[in-house]
Amino acid sequence: MNYFYEKVMGGKSGLTGFIILAVVILVAFPLFLDIFRLNLVGKYLTYAFPAVSLVLLWGYGGILSLGQGVFFGLGGYAMAMFLKLEASSPENTAIQSTPGIPDFMDWNQLTELPWFWVPFESFTFTLLAVIIVPAIFAYIIGAAMFKRRVGGVYFAIITQVIAVILTVLIVGQQGYIGGINGITDLRTLHGWDITTDNAKVIFYYICCLLLLSIVIVGRLILTSKFGSLLLAMRDKEDRVRFSGYDVSHFKIFIFCVASIFSAIGGALFTLQVGFMSPSFVGIVPSIEMVIFCAVGGRMSLIGAIYGALLINFGKTAFSETFPQLWLFLMGGLFIAVVMFFPNGLAGIWNTYGHYITDRLKQLKTVFVMKPSPQEAKQDLG
Amino acid sequence: MGGYTYSELGAIFAMQGFAGISLFSVLLLMALGLAIIFGQMGVINMAHGEFMAVGAYTTYFISTITENYLPSLMPIYFFIAIAVSFLFAGLLGYLAEFSLIRHLYKRPLDTLLATWGLSLIMQQSFRSFFGAREVSPTLPDWLLGSYQPTEMIDIPINGMFVLGLTIIVTLVVFYLLFKSSWGLKVRATTQNRVMSGAVGINTQKVDRYTFALGCGIAGIAGAAFTTIASTGPTTGSLYIVDTFMVVVFGGAASLFGTIASAFSIAQAQSILEFFISGSMAKVYTLLALIIILMFKPEGLFASKVRR
Repeated sequence: MNYFYEKVMGGKSGLTGFIILAVVILVAFPLFLDIFRLNLVGKYLTYAFPAVSLVLLWGYGGILSLGQGVFFGLGGYAMAMFLKLEASSPENTAIQSTPGIPDFMDWNQLTELPWFWVPFESFTFTLLAVIIVPAIFAYIIGAAMFKRRVGGVYFAIITQVIAVILTVLIVGQQGYIGGINGITDLRTLHGWDITTDNAKVIFYYICCLLLLSIVIVGRLILTSKFGSLLLAMRDKEDRVRFSGYDVSHFKIFIFCVASIFSAIGGALFTLQVGFMSPSFVGIVPSIEMVIFCAVGGRMSLIGAIYGALLINFGKTAFSETFPQLWLFLMGGLFIAVVMFFPNGLAGIWNTYGHYITDRLKQLKTVFVMKPSPQEAKQDLG
Repeated sequence: MGGYTYSELGAIFAMQGFAGISLFSVLLLMALGLAIIFGQMGVINMAHGEFMAVGAYTTYFISTITENYLPSLMPIYFFIAIAVSFLFAGLLGYLAEFSLIRHLYKRPLDTLLATWGLSLIMQQSFRSFFGAREVSPTLPDWLLGSYQPTEMIDIPINGMFVLGLTIIVTLVVFYLLFKSSWGLKVRATTQNRVMSGAVGINTQKVDRYTFALGCGIAGIAGAAFTTIASTGPTTGSLYIVDTFMVVVFGGAASLFGTIASAFSIAQAQSILEFFISGSMAKVYTLLALIIILMFKPEGLFASKVRR
């Protein structure tokens, strides 16, 4: 327990940060936001999953993946396929020429369910697929790249190409996977209507709890021996290799973990938003995920969450009022973060945060410590 | 390949091959600039596509001005447009290097993010100045039409013009990099920055002009691009990944590799496009590239230098 407190939670300051985050997302948001906004925040929080995964992968591992959208999409599509099959039960789709298959298949003259859709009739399989499919995919990519010592810039470009391939594939195969429109009209989960306010609140809490638990898992990884190795690999890969470690295995492992985190985010996205489309898979969303991480702080698991929240709040607020200004602002923000705050919000907090905490402590001495002698007297009296 | 006779197949290959050559020309022009910037300097310039769009919009702008004020110059305006595109894109590249890139040479992955930010700003600028709709310049008459060596084969003249332009630019780049004293300085700086500085090369200046040249060539690519397709604010971003793939596949430091890979990627894609849908052609081409890169991570023509 002591180990858990000191190392994993990062002692007093680390635990405080974690508790503040938990209070903000679990208590403050549901208390002060209406259901529409809360659902929006829930959507932003699903983007925090890939952002957190990038902290592990990029901030600590030094492996920049521009394909986290791929895994986000795989998780999201797995969930969407299950929900779509349920929505396309023969009763609901009786007007189609082939009842019982999703509507877009019917529009594209498919007469039976393709083989890879069949297992998604089972919810258990879907939940497993959300985790296992991206992990296998990441393992294949990782093994192919890292064993051949492809790294750094080349890895970033190749993951980007994979994002392009998957997007083009989804858009091109309209009959099999829904094309550019994505998989839409998702309504029920085992007969439970997921579009009601009640369901939205429940999904929001599930999303928060899962997010907090992947932060803990992330901290467990980073504080273990493996975490130190990860940092060592990032800074001097050759030395780690010369010390007798097989670097590629560690890289593959962290890549798989990051892919699973992103995929969980994607599945939650589908559940909360009610659809999944290729516009959350390609290059632009993947780079945006990197930006969430960079703005929040590439070395801070919690910072990445705030980064995702902040940028998305900004995006919504600005693109509602000044759609033109937003892209300028976003572009400027990328440049500013990279040039002046390479460690993002978390870096700013670590550098300047102590002014605030010191002031708070002063206030504490003024307001809390002063009365204490009197209290002591009263106690005596 | 059922249903086609041999002579038809031949014509298909010739025509799709020529369509591939237009794609090859644009890819190569873009990749040449990127090969200089990425291969020589190690900077990932995600805004490279936008520099191409700068060239395309410059050409459009000049074409509009010529059409309205100097119609007599219409036959030759295109050459002026190419030169101005080169200079303007090069100037913007120079400014970008001066204000942004030079602070990030030690952090290649961060140049990616910063230039992505730059590309967003540039895209929005295009949208503000020229509108969100796609535009295309009025081409001079001699660029239109086509050349028919046989009855079945039909080769567009603009494609041949772009090919000629590409060959000239490629030769000039080769001359500059391998025969001029400036090229010597660029290569020296690439190989050993500290040592180059010690023998009196102003490495910062070399970097700045290298980057500007790369962007300028992207500008020419943009001018060439206007002859085969119309330009929109996001045109550049459509080509950026393909261009990176060309450079990586060819072996980042090798210009020969860049040419060979631009040729093979463009040909594979456009010949496949005839037999299967365009999107699947792209999927298969890119997948094949990734698989080849697994076996040859350094690209087709790897430099034989130990690092």
